[in-house]
Amino acid sequence: MSEYRVSGKGRVDAARPVSFSFDGKTFSGLKGDTVASALLANGVHLMGRSFKYHRPRGAVAAGSEEPNALIGTRRGPGRFEPNTRATVQEIWDGLQTNSQNKYPSLKFDVGAVNDAAYMLFSAGFYYKTFMWPKNFWHKVYEPFIRAAAGLGVSPTEEDPDHYASRYLHCDVLIVGAGPTGIAAAKAAAVDGLKVVLVDENAEAGGTLLSEPQAQIGGKPAWDWLASELAALKDAGVRIMTRTTAIGYYHQNMIGMVEKLTDHLPTLPKDTPRERMWRVRAKRVVLAQGALEKPLVFHGNDRPGVMLAGSAQTFLNRYGVLVGRKPIVLTCHDSAWYAAFDLSDAGAKVQAIVDTRESVPQALLDGAQSRGIPVKLSHTASGTSGRLRVNALRVNTIRSGHVEGGQNIACDAVLTSGGWTPSLHLFSHTQGKLAWDDDKTTFLPDVTPEDCLIAGASRGLWGVEAALNDGAEKGRESVAALGKTGADATYAVENDRPGTGVTHRELPTDLNPGRAKAFVDYQNDVTAKDLRLAVREGMRSIEHVKRYTTNGMATDQGKMSNINGLNIAADALGKKQPQVGLTTFRPPYTPTSFGAFCGYHRGDHFEVTRKTQIDAWAEENGAVFEPVGQWRRAWYFPKAGEDMEAAVRRECVATRKSVGIFDASTLGKIEVVGPDAVEFMNRVYTNPWTKLAVGRCRYGLLLGDDGFIRDDGVIARVAEDRFHVTTTTGGAARVLNMMEDYLQTEWPDLNVWLTSTSEQWSTIALNGPNAAKLLQPFVKDLELTEETFPHMSCTELEVAGMPARLWRVSFTGEIGFEVNVPAPMGRKLWETLWEAGQQYGITAYGTETMHVLRAEKGYIIVGQDTDGTVTPDDCGLGWAVGRKKPDFVGKRGLARPDLVTKGRKHLVGLLTEDKSKLEEGAQIVFDPNQPLPMTMVGHVTSSYTSDAVGQPIALALVAGGQDKMGETVYIPMPDRTIAAKITPMVFVDPDNTRLKI
Amino acid sequence: MLLIHCPYCEETLPEAEFTYAGQAHIIRPENPSGQTDDQWEEFLFIRANPKGPHYERWRHFHGCGRFFNAVRDTVSDKFLTTYKAGAPRPDLSTLLPEGQK
Repeated sequence: MSEYRVSGKGRVDAARPVSFSFDGKTFSGLKGDTVASALLANGVHLMGRSFKYHRPRGAVAAGSEEPNALIGTRRGPGRFEPNTRATVQEIWDGLQTNSQNKYPSLKFDVGAVNDAAYMLFSAGFYYKTFMWPKNFWHKVYEPFIRAAAGLGVSPTEEDPDHYASRYLHCDVLIVGAGPTGIAAAKAAAVDGLKVVLVDENAEAGGTLLSEPQAQIGGKPAWDWLASELAALKDAGVRIMTRTTAIGYYHQNMIGMVEKLTDHLPTLPKDTPRERMWRVRAKRVVLAQGALEKPLVFHGNDRPGVMLAGSAQTFLNRYGVLVGRKPIVLTCHDSAWYAAFDLSDAGAKVQAIVDTRESVPQALLDGAQSRGIPVKLSHTASGTSGRLRVNALRVNTIRSGHVEGGQNIACDAVLTSGGWTPSLHLFSHTQGKLAWDDDKTTFLPDVTPEDCLIAGASRGLWGVEAALNDGAEKGRESVAALGKTGADATYAVENDRPGTGVTHRELPTDLNPGRAKAFVDYQNDVTAKDLRLAVREGMRSIEHVKRYTTNGMATDQGKMSNINGLNIAADALGKKQPQVGLTTFRPPYTPTSFGAFCGYHRGDHFEVTRKTQIDAWAEENGAVFEPVGQWRRAWYFPKAGEDMEAAVRRECVATRKSVGIFDASTLGKIEVVGPDAVEFMNRVYTNPWTKLAVGRCRYGLLLGDDGFIRDDGVIARVAEDRFHVTTTTGGAARVLNMMEDYLQTEWPDLNVWLTSTSEQWSTIALNGPNAAKLLQPFVKDLELTEETFPHMSCTELEVAGMPARLWRVSFTGEIGFEVNVPAPMGRKLWETLWEAGQQYGITAYGTETMHVLRAEKGYIIVGQDTDGTVTPDDCGLGWAVGRKKPDFVGKRGLARPDLVTKGRKHLVGLLTEDKSKLEEGAQIVFDPNQPLPMTMVGHVTSSYTSDAVGQPIALALVAGGQDKMGETVYIPMPDRTIAAKITPMVFVDPDNTRLKI
Repeated sequence: MLLIHCPYCEETLPEAEFTYAGQAHIIRPENPSGQTDDQWEEFLFIRANPKGPHYERWRHFHGCGRFFNAVRDTVSDKFLTTYKAGAPRPDLSTLLPEGQK
């Protein structure tokens, strides 16, 4: 038994020792210990260094609110987590932990020089210190800040664990399984209602685990707890421990994270580490309890100074005395009970120092019977000790005056500044808070959600009050569901409700300007910093918070918010509610990214859409690129080829003989109905009435603002049926837009819209030999200029498969697109591939498709256009049916800005030095103008082109269509490139190659 | 996550099934070409940004696919009601709780 372990106390298993390591040293604890309780049992208080000043720190609390004792935990290869709270992590044989923010060692840390230089690091130091000289930022300040900033060290290995997520629906969700929550669950578990009770701790019980002295209905607290939990399980209540309700979202959806394996020495197979629960509850009872406030005085962060209630928890729940000679410093009754418990467990309590002039007689009697000296009307003005407190400096307050101090030796200081109701989840609901002057804290007021808040989280102290309020709120919750809850009234003996007063900084006889009185331990914010922020002009608590970083650490100010507010309000001479409270935001406690990602990682991050021909491309060595959610074959390199060589070969072969391309990802929409042609006339810019059945037309889609949204070839399959194609990425957007107009503007039109993108496999054949290759597979149709001219379409059989055959070209060569039912795609592809061998058929990918289309000046919507380009801007004015009475975008095209001179036009660019331009590069007219230059456009597309004999580019250039032949300049980091403006069509402007 | 009542499916379903589609009751003019520049600007660009009840369009995208209208309080995010496209604006006084009318 270690020096500080009290036998017979606590819920740890004395028969099951557990060995773990901290900073490389092996420690022994007991099953049921946390890292913090096990270290404290070994007399170790120093657990970390602080973030800014690198001051030595120990555990202040015993639960998830702990700001100081942050450790790294290693649970095996790849399983490293920084910033785990030592007060939460349960120990098991072989667990490795280490302290943080120290170099070279926890006991001797060079960064602690920051502590001596604290004047530099006062409130707003980021804003003041690092502003000048300007050129110091990159080389001096930023590397320094980067090295010093951040809590702990990020893991470097990929997380081998997996994370799960689930939905849960229930009638009543109760957050917090302390006395309030248990009583609420008991009251609600009637009539088969689905009741869920969650708690972040390893076991249910809450404050009862720290108060075994209470007698509930004549039963000792722990006996009552055991029988009550068993009864709840029998009644069908789902009790979830190690499960934190992290956030309260709209309409009673609560996010909860369940930790499943961090407490286990061996991982059960296929068990996720954490599981995110999305709970939709008809009613919610919040029973999160209250958090103890530290007192603010010089040296209140020294290891060994901790919350009295937490010391009581370490003793009663874990059987650990945090000190043999503790001293208690308080302004609240509750700390007296901690003194009594520690004294009864063998500690020699040095004194109870209370700032109040009088306290209840029962407390004085309790102290006297235990021989504990009592100092009323006293304050504390400092602590001493290097890595652990060894004395508290105590002063008498006489008629408001603080007298000289006297050191009292001790090995721990247990403080209590009163209790703060835990309002986090209540605030997530946009619940309103009301300031309570008596309790000097915010209490819950009204919430828009179907939610009740009970017990200590609404300012009721003591087990009896908590139980009865929980029961009442449980009954109220089920009454709202039309049921009658179970009736119960609880009587508790040895209860410890208690009251107290509230302080800002404790009064002191020393210069407060030199006090290191911490308010926010994790971010190293002192009372002095808060007052400085107010002096420097911060008026709202939101500003004070950001200027000082008070409450901005990972504990979100669980301990510091109210103390910070009280001090800021005092400095401003205002009441607290006028200064305001900062907003609580989810998550309640730090949550792993894994829990949020759930299954969405690696291959499951998002859907990858593949065509029927994708597998062939993979087997034939394609390199792929993502296009929207699709993965498309980018190019097909042969052995030894890089991308440029492969693309050049594919381009040349297609223009020389025949190329085959998988165009299946094109969006496809079937527009059908008696009013289909009228609908098409209204949606697309082009006129459709005269388009004959069996003909195709390039369609251009605008928004009502007149800008290009999408384009694609559209076939008239029948009088009342159009086969529309869209860009690969635009399919869903176009269908949504069509549905919008059809449903809400023209509901009188008799038209149906159906997405057929995945119903068809589309294979494009392009090149001089395309018709020759295809002809043998097409019965009953002569593929000649006369019988099947460019922009024809028909339905027939291709290689015995039902097909829609189009004669279209996105390359400028003779081109066909064969649409067959999707599952037949690969069969057709392989048939054409085999037959094409005699022509040296070449499979090409999206990059070659891009080059070939750019050589012909065909635009890619979204690459050559950016949502501010009109048809005229990119030379597509011919596609606009100006005689139609209306179409989407017609009125927009007449807007003043769209008809003005000097708009950016899409033009071709040829560089003078035959170099290839960079896509996105900015263009200027005069390369010799002073900086900053006037930019007149940018390069939208740029490729190497064998067909042209030099690289080509498309670019948006102000007034470009009126500047043919003129030279523009593209300034690059190393040089300026001159380029000549040309028409957009680089290859075969007369379209002779389209002819069979 | 909000719960939204689809007036066509007559079911209350999670927000993830729906997409937002802008302000409601903006009617595309019968003859856009007859609109002045100011009128067309108003139609295209000018939108309300109320603090409180907002008439807006939603689409049951991953459900029936229908566009419908809603009144949603931009302060609380809560839907006060949903109704079919083409139905008249509901009377706010019947939707708002006492004290907010």
